[in-house]
Amino acid sequence: MSTKEPILSVRDMRVEFKIKKQNALPWHQPEILRAVKGVSFDLAEGETLGIVGESGCGKSTLARAIIRMIPSQGGEVFWQGRDLMKMNEKGLLGIRKEIQMIFQDPLASLNPRLTAGQIIAEPLKTHHPSTSKDEVKKQVRELMEKVGLSARMINRYPHEFSGGQCQRIGIARALITNPKLIICDEPVSALDVSVQAQVVNLLMDLQKELGLSLLFIAHDLSVVKHISNRIMVLEFGDIAEIGEAHDVIHNPQSPYTKELINAVPIPDPIAERKRIAERRALEAKA
Amino acid sequence: MMVDVQKMEQLADNLAVQEEVQGRSLFADARRRFLKNKAAVVSLIILCAVLLFSIFGHMITAWSNEEIDWGILGQIAELGAPSIENGHYFGTDQLGRDLFARVVQGTQVSLMVGIVGALIAVVVGTLYGAIAGYTGGKVDNVMMRIVDILQSIPYMFVLILLLVVFGRSIFMLFVGIGLISWLDMSRIARGQTLTLKNKEFVEAAVATGVKPITIILRHIVPNLLGVVVVYSTLLVPQMILTESFISFLGLGVQEPNTSWGAMIAEGAGAMQYGTLWQLAFPMFFFIITLFSFFFIGDGLRDALDPKDR
Repeated sequence: MSTKEPILSVRDMRVEFKIKKQNALPWHQPEILRAVKGVSFDLAEGETLGIVGESGCGKSTLARAIIRMIPSQGGEVFWQGRDLMKMNEKGLLGIRKEIQMIFQDPLASLNPRLTAGQIIAEPLKTHHPSTSKDEVKKQVRELMEKVGLSARMINRYPHEFSGGQCQRIGIARALITNPKLIICDEPVSALDVSVQAQVVNLLMDLQKELGLSLLFIAHDLSVVKHISNRIMVLEFGDIAEIGEAHDVIHNPQSPYTKELINAVPIPDPIAERKRIAERRALEAKA
Repeated sequence: MMVDVQKMEQLADNLAVQEEVQGRSLFADARRRFLKNKAAVVSLIILCAVLLFSIFGHMITAWSNEEIDWGILGQIAELGAPSIENGHYFGTDQLGRDLFARVVQGTQVSLMVGIVGALIAVVVGTLYGAIAGYTGGKVDNVMMRIVDILQSIPYMFVLILLLVVFGRSIFMLFVGIGLISWLDMSRIARGQTLTLKNKEFVEAAVATGVKPITIILRHIVPNLLGVVVVYSTLLVPQMILTESFISFLGLGVQEPNTSWGAMIAEGAGAMQYGTLWQLAFPMFFFIITLFSFFFIGDGLRDALDPKDR
């Protein structure tokens, strides 16, 4: 994978938020929170990069900054060789077609006033406004079948779907413009375990079929391990470790990664007890 | 086996044809809940009746609103009382004009003022608030400070001044009411927009590159409608009250035109002559309409309650 030309390369990405204290006077200096402190990575075509880290470590912020949904305070993002950070709104529109996003809360990411068909069609109508109604409907129906929804549901509203189905609508919406990269912002953490597996497998199938690159954000290591080629571990806005998925999980280099892996519960009480005992022994030695 | 063969076959047919399932929108849900609310439904019926009365009322009167019944002029208290025989169903006013026809006319004016006022509030206020809330930052600050400034001016004073300076006419009344009615609405809309704009479906639209104006019209405004609809049903009676108050003071609509407020003022003035019906009929319509609007607003609020979503 690493021999290929990267489709997306991020260099020294920095995002800062100004935090105003409560009851602060207008001339008071706001505090600055450094959410992302200089992150660099490459993503090859057809590759999946998992981004893990505890909540609040800047995973989602990084993803949103890359596609300029929030302003960044420095860094460069090259999308197929072009710097996104220096683009104007018009140029960016063309890129938005190629980079789509899937969100965490399946129901909240769908407008409750629109039908499934209207939701899925929206990116298409934005980027190809001249598409005829029948053509839009045809494509929407095809995509719904592709993501495992019955095309008969096209006129249903989001609240009539289950969480997993809602996430499939979200995936269909992301796919309709034939993107090259999909940023998945914790797409399965709001779903229950059996549905998680279905959605992850759907994403992997689609990736294979369409040659997508995925930026997969999650806090669940086992899901990330399952889907990713490489894993990037973020620690308070910094890269703690980045490498092949297998290496990162089975041979972690940074203490932070080790801690993260240790925090994953093992669904076997005997093994779990053994691990806790080992850790206690290690701590006693130290 | 208790299987209805015919039904099963029909079901199989349906499945085979792969009919598109018609979804139930949130508004359809709300309508169902609203129709279960008896007070609201009765109010809606009453309101429809008042509306029909104002549109078709002049067809069932024997007298027009301009005709003076010379036969009873001067003896209003004795002969002008409501009666079926002489065609004055609601009696006559102090000048011998048919009160039924006058009430029809007054109802038209009052409802129009209420509905136009509320409509201005809904359209201008919602868009203004949604744009301010969605854009945020300096634009939001400037837009909302303008609202603050307008709101800090005592509106009754401005309204009276407008009517005195530019002459008393229904048009000026609309201008005056239109100027003030959207202020509260814009604040409500802005507040709701602030909570909506951080929802993921708005983010999703931003991420695909939907234009801000499309986001406002397609994603923000439809989701504001619940609050807006409820507030506007409460706004209509407020507008009617404002107009009535202005007319009661003698500054609103002018003769030969009339409105509930003006008629109530006349009726109250003539109370000492023993012609209570001149007060009672306009008052009756005024009260049932206001009550209906309040109950409908209540019912709508319950039906559209976001907690049920």
